[in-house]
Amino acid sequence: MRAVIAEDHALLRDGLTRLLQAFEFEVVAVVDNGPALLPALTEHRPDVAVLDVRLPPTFTDEGLQAAIAARAVIPGLPVLMLSQHVEPLYARELLSSPHGGIGYLLKDRVSHVGEFVDAVRRVASGGTAMDPEVITQLLARREPLAVLTAREQEVLGEMAQGRSNAAIATKLCIAEKSVSKHINNILNKLDLPPSDDDNRRVLAVLAYLNS
Amino acid sequence: MKVHESVRWVGRWLRRGVAGVLRGGASIGLALTNIGLLAMTLVALAMTPVPYLGLALVPWTMTLVRMRTDLERRRASTIGVLVSRPYHPRPPGLVAGGWQHFRWTVTDPATWRDLAWLGPGALVGLGLGLIDTLITLYGLMGVTLIPVWIWLGTGWFGYGVTWSAGNWTDALFCLPQGAVVLAVALSVAPWLRRVDALFARLFLAPTRSTQLRLRVTQLTATRADTVDAQAAELRRIERDLHDGVQARLVSLSLIIGLADELIDHNPAGAHKLLAEARESSGTAMVELRHLVRGIHPPVLAERGLAGAVQALVLSLPLALTVEVDLPGRLDAPVEAAAYFAVAETLTNMIRHSRARTGSVSLRHTAGLLTMVVADDGAGAADPAAGTGLSGIQRRLAAFDGTITLSSPPGGPTVITMEVPCALSSPRTMPSSGTG
Repeated sequence: MRAVIAEDHALLRDGLTRLLQAFEFEVVAVVDNGPALLPALTEHRPDVAVLDVRLPPTFTDEGLQAAIAARAVIPGLPVLMLSQHVEPLYARELLSSPHGGIGYLLKDRVSHVGEFVDAVRRVASGGTAMDPEVITQLLARREPLAVLTAREQEVLGEMAQGRSNAAIATKLCIAEKSVSKHINNILNKLDLPPSDDDNRRVLAVLAYLNS
Repeated sequence: MKVHESVRWVGRWLRRGVAGVLRGGASIGLALTNIGLLAMTLVALAMTPVPYLGLALVPWTMTLVRMRTDLERRRASTIGVLVSRPYHPRPPGLVAGGWQHFRWTVTDPATWRDLAWLGPGALVGLGLGLIDTLITLYGLMGVTLIPVWIWLGTGWFGYGVTWSAGNWTDALFCLPQGAVVLAVALSVAPWLRRVDALFARLFLAPTRSTQLRLRVTQLTATRADTVDAQAAELRRIERDLHDGVQARLVSLSLIIGLADELIDHNPAGAHKLLAEARESSGTAMVELRHLVRGIHPPVLAERGLAGAVQALVLSLPLALTVEVDLPGRLDAPVEAAAYFAVAETLTNMIRHSRARTGSVSLRHTAGLLTMVVADDGAGAADPAAGTGLSGIQRRLAAFDGTITLSSPPGGPTVITMEVPCALSSPRTMPSSGTG
């Protein structure tokens, strides 16, 4: 799988490159600033892009802007954003073009190598990887979630991050069958249209949490 | 719509006119007190050499004069001619009637400017007041003449161009003339009052040097506040770093050292310690993130005030509407102060108001940033009760900003914050809705 990386910290840039290469990604371009990013993305059309939100020269949100611009040119370009902090506002902007893989994670998550690579793969295959912190913030402001049981809320949190039923089952140590039962209950209670597609399921949940 | 508007316009014109006439009338009365005060002051000044009595008399009469000029300043301010008080601040520990009181009074140039105004001010007030009162009275006379004539029966009289009205046609012609004169009086009265106020401002407003002195006093106070706040903020950051992240990093390196020792003869134990180390580093990251957010939220650096407030609102457990009209970025220090002011008011709202909905509006027009935070909560917010509002006040005062609060019991609460500041060149932003 071909990947583009954008990160201004040399150590993290090298680390990310080696990490992805170790897991058999082909890193086709490595960028360390904002202006070079969009051309790199449109030229290489990678299978997945791992981008820092904040990049030189202005150190604001150039990575995010480039990602949004690139996805306007190449619909469904899988993008995983990394940031020192996560904002539901940015997550919402990323999700404004709903096709294909979207990820938005704290940089700390890279240190859990297995989970991180899982997230990259999930995004590359059109799935979603939302940071638990974003989900927590979104869950915190929804009062109607009181209709859900504690277990259902847990499942909702995992689902919103982009995990499949199997992954949720492993994470929460329950049978996959009960996961799908919980999910059915959640989708019914929250009035979300059920769908088998993992990504659409996440988008529905996020749309609900954002509303 | 059009009719409604013109009715409102007439109503406003009438209110302003009547108020102008009444104020002009008041000017006549007040002009007479000026003469009295002037006479009293001259007597007091003449008596200065008399032991005890002189020293006390001057400050007392000056207190009366200041009451009079303050009244005039207020009167001018109510019609939009702002006149601030120019006096030296009262020295601490001043004994009324003593030498110090005398000195404080007579060394203030504003004292002598007040005195200089008493005479001419009286003349102008009296003159202008008489002009609009007399025109008004003449107009009223024209309007009421016919009934008066009927009441008086016969006799000779005249009004305006119909001098010597001898029959009903002539008499009826008085009416429109009177109405016109009255209309002129009502139209002119606010302007005459304004001229009076402007004349008063010539004498009673601070001079350029007094303005500078007042400004220095104000800046000294706000600078002291700002420096205090900065120092307190640095102490807080130091404490948070020292007790939180630094301590955690020490324990982290300790755990790693231990794991290093164990790794050969107890790999399982070393593994456990390393897992612990990673957890600890994660916690340190979380703490650092919170600390950074408290110093300067990253989203503020990235998106400016508009984006940061939108992000803030998204994280609050209350549906708030956000309205933003900021075609550019503010200077970083103002931006931070404005953000924390809004954040603080929103926190207060969530904590105390029991509101169901609220709104935030940010606007920048004519060099003034206006931030309005409103909610439909219980109201009765008391600026004296907590430190929140005074903290915001101090934060904004460093930039000459102000905060006003309207919170009647039962709500709604509306907090308006204004900061004069410039806006940098516009920057394109991605469109984003409100939360």
